[in-house]
Amino acid sequence: MAERSFASEVKLLRLGEGEQFRGEGILAVTKALLQSGVSYVAGYQGAPISHLMDVLTDANDILQELGVRFEHSASEATATATLGASVNYPLRGAVTFKSTVGTNVASDALANLASGGVTGGALLIVGEDYGEGSSIMQERSHAFAMKSQVWLLDPRPNLPSIVNAVEQGFELSEASNTPVMLELRIRACHVHGSFTAKANKRPAFTLKDAIEAPLRDVNRIVLPPASYLHEQEKISRRWPAAVRFIQERGLNEFFAADAQEFGIVLQGGLYNAVLRALELLGLADAFGNSAIPLYVLNVTYPLVDAEFTRFCAGKRAILLVEEGQPDFIEQAVNSMLRKADVQTRVHGKDLLPMAGEYTGAVVVKAVARFVESYAPQLLAGRELPLAARPAPLPALPNGDPKVFAIQQAAAEVQPRPPSFCTGCPERPIFTAMKLIERELGQHHVSCDIGCHLFSILPPFNIGATTMGYGLGWAGASAFNTRETDKRTISIMGDGGFWHNGLTSGVGNAVFNQTDNLLLVVDNGYSAATGGQDLPSSRAANTLRNTNNPIEKAVRGVGVDWVRTVDNTYSLERMRDALRDALTTKQKGPKVIVAQSECMLNKQRRIRPLIKKRIAGGERVVRERFGIDPETCTGDHSCIRLSGCPSLTVKPNPDPLRRDPIATVIDSCVGCGLCGEVAHAAVLCPSFYRAEIINNPSRWDRFKARLRGAVIGWLQARIERRLEGLAA
Amino acid sequence: MTPRAQGERSSGRAITIAILAMGGEGGGVLADWLVDLAESNGFVAQTTSVPGVAQRTGATIYYLELFPAAAIPAGAQPVLGLSPVPGEVDIVIASELMEAGRALQRGLVTADRTTFIASTHRVYSMTERTAMGDGRVDSDKLLAGGRAAARRFVSADFGLLAERAGSLIGPALYGALAASDALPFSRAQFEDTVRRAGVGVNASLQAFGAGYDAATQASLPAEPEKPVPAVGPRLAALAQRIALEFPAAARPTLQAAILRLADYQDVAYAQHYLELLQPLRAARADLLDETARHLALWMSYEDTIRVADLKTRRSRFQRVGGEVKLAGDQQLDINEFMHPRLEEIADTLPAPVGRWLLATRWARSCVEPFTRKGRIVRTSSIRGYLLLYAIASLRGMRRRSLRFQVEHERIGQWLATVARLAGTHPELALEVARSQRLIKGYGDTHARGWGNYQRLVAVLPRLQAAPHGAQQLRDLSQAALADDTGQALEKLLAAA
Repeated sequence: MAERSFASEVKLLRLGEGEQFRGEGILAVTKALLQSGVSYVAGYQGAPISHLMDVLTDANDILQELGVRFEHSASEATATATLGASVNYPLRGAVTFKSTVGTNVASDALANLASGGVTGGALLIVGEDYGEGSSIMQERSHAFAMKSQVWLLDPRPNLPSIVNAVEQGFELSEASNTPVMLELRIRACHVHGSFTAKANKRPAFTLKDAIEAPLRDVNRIVLPPASYLHEQEKISRRWPAAVRFIQERGLNEFFAADAQEFGIVLQGGLYNAVLRALELLGLADAFGNSAIPLYVLNVTYPLVDAEFTRFCAGKRAILLVEEGQPDFIEQAVNSMLRKADVQTRVHGKDLLPMAGEYTGAVVVKAVARFVESYAPQLLAGRELPLAARPAPLPALPNGDPKVFAIQQAAAEVQPRPPSFCTGCPERPIFTAMKLIERELGQHHVSCDIGCHLFSILPPFNIGATTMGYGLGWAGASAFNTRETDKRTISIMGDGGFWHNGLTSGVGNAVFNQTDNLLLVVDNGYSAATGGQDLPSSRAANTLRNTNNPIEKAVRGVGVDWVRTVDNTYSLERMRDALRDALTTKQKGPKVIVAQSECMLNKQRRIRPLIKKRIAGGERVVRERFGIDPETCTGDHSCIRLSGCPSLTVKPNPDPLRRDPIATVIDSCVGCGLCGEVAHAAVLCPSFYRAEIINNPSRWDRFKARLRGAVIGWLQARIERRLEGLAA
Repeated sequence: MTPRAQGERSSGRAITIAILAMGGEGGGVLADWLVDLAESNGFVAQTTSVPGVAQRTGATIYYLELFPAAAIPAGAQPVLGLSPVPGEVDIVIASELMEAGRALQRGLVTADRTTFIASTHRVYSMTERTAMGDGRVDSDKLLAGGRAAARRFVSADFGLLAERAGSLIGPALYGALAASDALPFSRAQFEDTVRRAGVGVNASLQAFGAGYDAATQASLPAEPEKPVPAVGPRLAALAQRIALEFPAAARPTLQAAILRLADYQDVAYAQHYLELLQPLRAARADLLDETARHLALWMSYEDTIRVADLKTRRSRFQRVGGEVKLAGDQQLDINEFMHPRLEEIADTLPAPVGRWLLATRWARSCVEPFTRKGRIVRTSSIRGYLLLYAIASLRGMRRRSLRFQVEHERIGQWLATVARLAGTHPELALEVARSQRLIKGYGDTHARGWGNYQRLVAVLPRLQAAPHGAQQLRDLSQAALADDTGQALEKLLAAA
C-alpha cells in the first residue's frame, strides 16, 4: 500500500485521443508509456519517480487490458535487467528509478544491455535528484550515458515536450538499437501542466508471442568475440544511426538561430530557466520568442557535431548552460569545434558556477554577464533584475534600517532538515541506542539509506557512515578483528535489506565470520520512498507476495543469533536486546529485527477505521500524551531523547519562570515513547497519558460517577486549603 | 536586438507565487487549490515543488506561476518558471514565522512587488527545542524583517485560527490570500475551489473565513501585559508588607512569589520568604528582582509532595480535559508516569531517617527493588488518586524532611553570597542570583544541574578579582546549559 491512493490519477491514464491531460510531469510520462505501446514496465521506487510506480500499481486493470506487465523490481539492477526482454524481441519496455543512486546500482545490467544492444525500444526513465532538496550525493546521470554509450534525453520541462521525449525515445532506441535514458529533473517530475492525450496502444507483438516463440542470437550476448564486435558496432553503426535520427526528426531545437552573432546552447531541462532569464533582461517574451539565438539540446548525448558547427558558424561566442559537473558537454564542444577549426569562443563554467543547481537566479546572472560582454547595447538603459545585481553588503545598525531589519531577521533562521514523523517507531530504537551508549559507551555505527538515516541529525547524533542502499552492514565489514571485544552496530531498513542487504550485508557477515551486530528496522513498508510494500510487509497484497519474515531470511543465510523485538516502543525490550547483542559471549553475527509499523502508514490505515467505529457508537479509546506545565522545569531532556514533532516547547505560563516548557501538541498519536523515556531515563514526573474514551460503556459511566464523587470531595478539600490565597 | 525579434515579442508576464512550508503541513494542497482556482478562472497554471525527504517535517517550497489565458496569442504557450527568482515573486506565503524568515533569507520578498502573507505562530526547530534553557529565536526580529521587506505584509496567527476552526493552516492562509487582493479572483471563486476539492469542506471554509477576516483587520492585537498577580485575603497582610518594605518595581515578582509559596507550603512559608529577602531590600532593582524570583523558585523546589499536590487538583483535571479537547460525551482517564527512586523516598522522610536510609546498605537493598521500575499511576481512579493525595498530605512534615534541610542550607549559602556581593560587585551578584536556573529538573538532571552550579561557585573567588567577572560567570552559566555532557563547561573552565 503506497502512501497515497492514486485512484483519481489512474483516471488520467484512461484519457483518449484528443482529450486534455492536466496533472503532474511524472504521470504524463506514465500516460506517454501507454500511448507508445509499451509491453512491460519495471522500476524501483524513490523520489522523484515514486508516483510513476504508485500510479501503475493502482492501475493494474488498465495494464491488464493493454497486456502490459508491471513489476516492482527488487532493485534498479533488476529493473534494468528486465530490459533484456527487448534484446531479441520487438518489445517496447521501460524501467524507472531515482538517479544517480539507482543508476549506480543498475550499471552492471546497463553495461551488458548497452553492449549487445536492443531490438525493441528500451527506455530508462531516470529521476534526476539533483540540487535543492536532494537527498543523495550530487552526481550526474550523464556519465553513465557516456560510459555505456546509451543516449540521453533531457527534454524541455513542459508536459508536451516530456511526452514527446518518451515517444521519440522509443523510436530513437529502435532506430539505433540502443537503450535510451530519459532524464527528468526533480522539478520537472513534479511540475503540474497539461498536454493533449492520444489513445493508449496495445502492443502488436506481445510478451506472450515472445515466450511462445523464443529467439536467440549469440551475437547479442556479451561474450568474446561478440563483445569486441559490440564495441565496433556502437561506433560504426549505432552512433551514426542515432545522430541521423536526431537530425532528421529535429529532436534538438533552434530558436532565432541567426538573430545575433552570439548565442546560448542549453540542456533542454534548463530551457525555462534560460528563457526566464532572457525575459527578465528584456530579451525574450513570456512565450519563448527570444532575441538571442538558442540551441536547445533535448538530446544531451550524443552531441551532433553538424548542428554545433552550423549554430556556431558566424558567431563570436556561445554560452553553454550545462548543469552539474564535470562539464562533460563543454569539454566535448570545445574539442568538437577545435577539430572543425571553428573559432567561436565557448563560455560556460567560466560565467556559471562549476557546481550546484542552476536556479533562476544563477542563470540570470550568467546570461546578463554574457550579453553584457558581447552586446552591451542590448541591456543599455535598463536596470538589471535584482537577481543579476551584486549581492548587497552586510548592513550596519546605523545604515538603511530596512536592510538591517531584513538581515537581522534572516540571521535568526535555522536549518530545518527532515526528521522522523510523529509517533515514528524508529525513534525509540535510537532512544534505546542513546541509553545503551550511557551504559556501554559509544559504538561505531554504520548506517544505510532510509528514514533511519535521520538519526545522524540532532537530537540523536548517531551514525558514522552511509555507504549505500542495503550496504549498512557491508560498510562496517572491515571492523572484524579478534583484538577487541567491543562490537560495531550496523543499521539497515527493511527496504535496504531486501534491495541487497540480505546478500551484501548479512550473507557477507556470515561468510566472513563477523562478531558484530546488525539492526534491521522492519516497519512494514519501503517507508522513505512513499510506503510501498516489500516482501516482509504484513499487509495482504493481491498483486505481490508479502509476509516473508526478515528473521526467517536471516536465519536462512546462516545467522544463529537473531532477536525480533516486535514492539520498538518498548524501550526496555529494545535496550535489553541491544545490551544482549553487544555483550553476549556468543561469537558470530548478531541480528536484531526491530519491528513496528510505520506510523505514517499506520495512521493512514487506521484513522478512517476508527472514525467509522466511533460514528457507529463503538467504545474506542484514543491515547495521547501531555505534560503538566507546573511541574515541567524546562530542561528539555525528554526532547533530546525523542525529537518527536509533537513534543515541542511553548512559553512558560509561570510568571516566575523564563525558560520555555515542553509540551505535547494535539498531533500526538499516543505512541507511548514519551512515557517510556520518562521511565527509562528517570526524567521527570510531568508526563501523563490521557485516555479519551469515546462512547463510554455503562460500566465506564458508573465508574466515572463513583470516582467523581470521591475525587471531587477530596478536590474540594484541597480547594478549601488554598482558599483566600489567590484573589 | 533585431527589429524582427522585437516585433514578435508580446508583453505580459506570469503572476509568481512561492509557498514556504514544512512537509506534512498541507502546502501541496494549498498549491493544488491555487492551480484549480487559476485554471477554472481563465488562467494557465503551473506548479512544482521539491518534496523529496522534506515531506518528513523538513522545510520545503512550492512554486506557482499563473498566466492569463486571454493574454496568450493564438498558437503560443507561456514558458513558465520552475523555481522562484529573488526579486521576481509577487506573492510569498509562509506557513510559519521562521519559514517567513527563510523567505527573507532567500531574497524572495521585495518591497516593489511582494505581498507577504505569514503566520506568526512558531513551529520550533530541533535546535530550539533541544536547548537546555531557552533556545528560541527572536520572533520580533523575524516580524520586523517581514514588515521591512514586503510591499504588503499580512501577518496573523493563522495556525491558531485554523486550530479553532478544526482545520489545517492551508485554508486559513488561503483565506488571507483572498483577502489581500493580490490575485484577480473573488472570494467566491476562492471558496469554490475549496468546495470542489471536497475534503473537509466545512471546516476548511470556516478556517478560510477566519483567515480572510484576520487579514482584513489592519494590525496585530497587542499581547496583553502580564498583570500583577492579585492576592486574596489570607495574603493581604504580606502584600501590605511588600508595599511598605520593598520598592514598587519588585511588587509583581514578590506578589507572585508569596502566592506560589503559600500555595506550596503555607502562609508562614511565604512570610519566611520575605524575611529571607530582607538583606537585599536596598539592592539594585534588577538584583532584587532576580534574586526574589530565583529564591521563590528555589524555595518551591519540586519534590514528590509538590508533584502529587499539583496532579490531584481539580483545576489540573480540567486543564487536561481542555488540552485533549474532551467533548461532552467522552470520558477521560489520566495516567501519570512516575519513577520515584530511593533518593526521592529518602528526601521525603524526616531528615535523620532519610540520611540513615541512604547510608545503610541493608536498608537500601530492602527498598531499592521497589524503585527499579517506573510506575504508572492512574490519577483518575480512586486508588491512584488516594495514593497521590496521601503523598501530597505529607506537606505537613515537609519542613522536617531531608530534602527541605538540604535545600534550605543551599539556599542560605547562595543568598548570603548574593547579599555579600550586592554592595561591592552588583553585576557579579546578579549573575550569582541567576545561576540558580542551572538547578532544575528531577533525578539525574537535577543532580547534574547542582553539580554545574557548584563548579561555578567554586571559581567565584577568582571571578571576584577578575575585571569582567560577571561576564565570565554569565558565559560559564551559558556553557553549563550548552550540552548535557558538561563538555562545553569543562572547556570553558579549563580556559578560564
